Amino acid sequence: MSAPLLALRDLRKHFGGLAVTDGVSLEVRPGEIHAVIGPNGAGKTTLIHQISGTLRPDSGQVRFLGEDVTALPFARRVRRGLARTFQITSILPGFSALENAALAVQARSGSSFRFLRPAAAEAGLNREALAALAAVGLAHRAAVPAGTLSHGEKRQLELAIAIATRPRLLLLDEPLAGAGAEETERLIGILGRLRAEYGILLVEHDMRAVFALADRISVLAQGRLVTTGTTGEIRAHPEVRAAYLGEDEMA
Amino acid sequence: MADGAAPTAAGPAARLSRDGLPLLLFALLAAAPFAGFGDGASLTLMARAMILALAATGLWLLVGGAGLISLGHAATLGCGAYAVAILDAHGITEGAIVFPVAILGAGLFAFLTGAVSLRTSGVHFIMITLAFGQMAFFTAASLAAYGGDDGYTLYGRTEFLGGRLLESRLVFHFVCLGALALVWALCRAVLASRFGRVLRATRENPLRVQAVGFSPYPYRLAAYTLAGMTGGLAGALLANATEFVSPAILAWQRSGDLLFAVILGGLGRLHGAMLGAFAFLLLEETLSHVTAHWRLLFGPLLVLAVIFLPGGLVGGLVGGRRKPGGPA
Repeated sequence: MSAPLLALRDLRKHFGGLAVTDGVSLEVRPGEIHAVIGPNGAGKTTLIHQISGTLRPDSGQVRFLGEDVTALPFARRVRRGLARTFQITSILPGFSALENAALAVQARSGSSFRFLRPAAAEAGLNREALAALAAVGLAHRAAVPAGTLSHGEKRQLELAIAIATRPRLLLLDEPLAGAGAEETERLIGILGRLRAEYGILLVEHDMRAVFALADRISVLAQGRLVTTGTTGEIRAHPEVRAAYLGEDEMA
Repeated sequence: MADGAAPTAAGPAARLSRDGLPLLLFALLAAAPFAGFGDGASLTLMARAMILALAATGLWLLVGGAGLISLGHAATLGCGAYAVAILDAHGITEGAIVFPVAILGAGLFAFLTGAVSLRTSGVHFIMITLAFGQMAFFTAASLAAYGGDDGYTLYGRTEFLGGRLLESRLVFHFVCLGALALVWALCRAVLASRFGRVLRATRENPLRVQAVGFSPYPYRLAAYTLAGMTGGLAGALLANATEFVSPAILAWQRSGDLLFAVILGGLGRLHGAMLGAFAFLLLEETLSHVTAHWRLLFGPLLVLAVIFLPGGLVGGLVGGRRKPGGPA
């Protein structure tokens, strides 16, 4: 088995008296989609925040590519290859789709303390940005201001931006949230293709998508990890069935 | 949009339509002395307008470019103006020394105060820039050796290689025009550069900027320093224009005026700062001839402008409000 991309070791976070992350340990391996599911308030997004560096854990360790990154700020983790998307779409609405992705390319290719040459004319940046858009099927919308894209397209763009940072691991916080049926199908297709190149930690409420995509699933409830297993194991897990999934969704 | 996909071969025609208005303004200012506005009063007013426009253009880099509302920009003008006064008091009037000292001094002031201010954001940032501005004001007022409260009178304008070039009003007019055009062109290039792209992105969504791997702080600090340097240049020119330097030059009201000029002009395009500054001075000049209580009219007019021109003069006049993220 190859070394894990990401390893959480006994991660803990309290908000006042409430343990929102209570001793979570898990691993994401290369080429795997590892889904984290759990009811509302289980601490899924808080966990993503601690992995990405937008929130500091009280104790425990976040190891990425074999190194302890627990103390590194958000932006520096991104530069090491740990990209994330947000539950509520976070793009630059006034920039074109291409420039959204080009900003991410720029962040990893040379200094951005360059003051005179027009960035929009840098062919190298535009080429890689366009490739990232193409990877999510958005190349034909490159020149469109991002704010005017449809909801589903904005979700695609956010994926393209994450890809443009050239990550090793993608943290996806409910990438299907708010997407319609057709958009969901398209996004599931895109995520399925991305697994070939990136490890993915996926937080998602859409169970159909989770069981279609995930290699392994971790179940979180009240900040604690209930279990981790393959989709088959999770389907059969009695505690999970009772506590969270419900008989209907398992059918 | 010019920041769109393929770097379109922007022909001269496209460029003219984008930058037509500022280029027209420069042409008008260049022609003005030879078209009936060559008298002393007109030249004095135009010099003031161009210097104010220069300072406002630098401030636009912060407000329109980075989304940072500074109420302390006048302090950088003060740095530039006092550089001229202090060097003058020690017998140094050579422009090749005075101007670099004014610009770098103001830049250093902006760098140091920005390093602290930019740790905060929102209202706190506005208040801390105001506080630094007031500190600079009271420091200037306590400089007894350079006139203190009463100010310092220059007995001549800055020289170049011993030549008293700036004594000519006409030469001074073109020095101010050249400085304004240069600062505008530089700010414009900076906003379209890699650096400017990061800066514009931090205004739109700082979290997104971090999520691609940038820490916004150094970019904001560099922008704050650049704006400070333009303020220093404006201050040095202003000292030469009035041949007098007093703490009034860095009163917080001036910061307010500059901020107002920027907003009146519009945050949609960089040259909004120039339009706003010119409109501001023109209004002030016209009204003060009508009545001694002109501020009673000035205030309501500004209120109406904000209500009915939400995009500022660039938004209202040419109807060409660019998308918020464009390179200006």
